[in-house]
Amino acid sequence: MIDPSVRFAIEQLYAAYTSALDNGRFDDWPDFFIEDGRYVLIPRENHDRGLPLATMSLESRGMMKDRVYGVINTLFHAPYYQRHILGPMRIEEDGDALLVEANYVVFRTKRNEMSEVFNTGRYIDRIVNTDDGLRFAEKLCVFDSEMIPNSIIYPI
Amino acid sequence: MTRHFPHDWQSANVSRIPYPLYTDEDVYRRELEAIFYGPHWSYVGLSCEISGPGDYKETSIGERSVIMVRDPDGSINVVENHCAHRGVKFCQERFGTVKSFICPYHQWNYNLKGDLTGLPFRRGFKGQGGMPADFDTKQHGLTKLHVAEHNGVVFATFSADTPPLLDYIGPKILEWFERTFDGRELTLLGYSRQRIPGNWKLMQENIKDPYHPGLLHTWFVTFGLWRADQSSRMIMDEHGRHAAMVSAKNAGGGGEVTQNVSSFKADMALNDDRMLDIVPEEWWKGPTVVMTTIFPSLILQQQVNSVSTRQIQPRGPGKFDFVWTHFGFKDDTPEMTRRRLRQANLFGPAGFVSADDGEVIEFSQQGFEQDPANETYAELGGTDVADTEHMVTETLIRGMYGYYRKVMDL
Ligand SMILES: [Fe+2]
Repeated sequence: MIDPSVRFAIEQLYAAYTSALDNGRFDDWPDFFIEDGRYVLIPRENHDRGLPLATMSLESRGMMKDRVYGVINTLFHAPYYQRHILGPMRIEEDGDALLVEANYVVFRTKRNEMSEVFNTGRYIDRIVNTDDGLRFAEKLCVFDSEMIPNSIIYPI
Repeated sequence: MTRHFPHDWQSANVSRIPYPLYTDEDVYRRELEAIFYGPHWSYVGLSCEISGPGDYKETSIGERSVIMVRDPDGSINVVENHCAHRGVKFCQERFGTVKSFICPYHQWNYNLKGDLTGLPFRRGFKGQGGMPADFDTKQHGLTKLHVAEHNGVVFATFSADTPPLLDYIGPKILEWFERTFDGRELTLLGYSRQRIPGNWKLMQENIKDPYHPGLLHTWFVTFGLWRADQSSRMIMDEHGRHAAMVSAKNAGGGGEVTQNVSSFKADMALNDDRMLDIVPEEWWKGPTVVMTTIFPSLILQQQVNSVSTRQIQPRGPGKFDFVWTHFGFKDDTPEMTRRRLRQANLFGPAGFVSADDGEVIEFSQQGFEQDPANETYAELGGTDVADTEHMVTETLIRGMYGYYRKVMDL
């Protein structure tokens, strides 16, 4: 049985994470991870078959900062809003770490367009307690979406 | 409704491409027949994707779903994915292993070569019904495609008139094909799939366009991966339909070539430079990047340590699916595999130097759709079609449209 206060702290972490992404505060994004934290966005097809290729695979906060720089300063793309909706979390303790699995849907809204389902899948995360509070040691986004609608620019 | 096309490709030059070529339904239908189902080889996959007997992969040539399958005798067959009986697209999985193909509707049964081997109630039931007395199973097999494999890369064609694969690729482009695919065993790293709302030809153009990478892609210009001040060659086959863009990276940084390039970032540095941990490989024989286009459906990528095939599957005049298959080589060390995977962050639907290609293709399509009387202008380096020793040219695009115009009879 997970202590309700732990569950509450985890929910706060996810709420802050999606708030940063959905409101365009990308500079805050790397700080949700520990220094050598991993962020992997991978098609379910590859994940299920044990194929290592990921859509995005970042192995440190440094790489995440480089991604943010790329998103803001180098990647040319049509502007869009994104909006995350998360399902209930399955939480397990693993020694000092917490393993969290949660379904997500991300909607995308482009200028002058209807909102559409952009990417859907599940987070498979490993969270650790640090002096600054809970942080992701690993965040794996395994998406069902068979076809990426053109491109993925922002982190999920 | 009046269709102006195809009679309004007035220009004598293939450097002016009418917008309707990218948007018109009739043009698109003719492309499917004359190009994708005509005498051209289309990529279906890598041999290593179906290593064991009965392993199959479903993919598409044009809009037609086909299955590439490993025969028990070790050869590769490609059959069309619909039943000879009532047309059912019987295979709904993308990969698997089977002993035979069975249509779920009426259980018609085919061997892996596509021959009909059995069907229920062929002779009726208690003397009633059944197939006609002259029913010949040989007349009711799956559509069988011609198949050719070269050093682990598998192609298929619907047409009996397609020249042999190596003649089709031609000696000039084969040289670059065999630089990557020299017979070494390949290992599969995984797939990326994106649906791009643009005409399929725009992706061929993108990889025949050496002008844009050093402008659109900040990473290329800033880190010297691709820009106008490095030695490069643009090479075509004798028909102008296939091409190779060959170049060698330099140190990057500022200089004359970056002066008018707004995407150049003088003070850009990586917080974690493992993403650009480039280790030259012997088989490169010099060039750090070779992008090869095999008309109509295949792009072969070598960008430093990242290698992939990219397959174009048209889905109407205004969109196509783009499937990336990243691979490595059997003798890669674990470090090299990790390096290939890290550098894969530059490519694919989220890639630092690829996501924006899909985006600009979408914007091109939007421009074409709003102004059908217009035409594109591809005259960088003139209006002729010839190989060059530099990259400030759109010659490869003109080469493709020269061939296209012939095949399409426009
Ligand atoms: Fe590009």
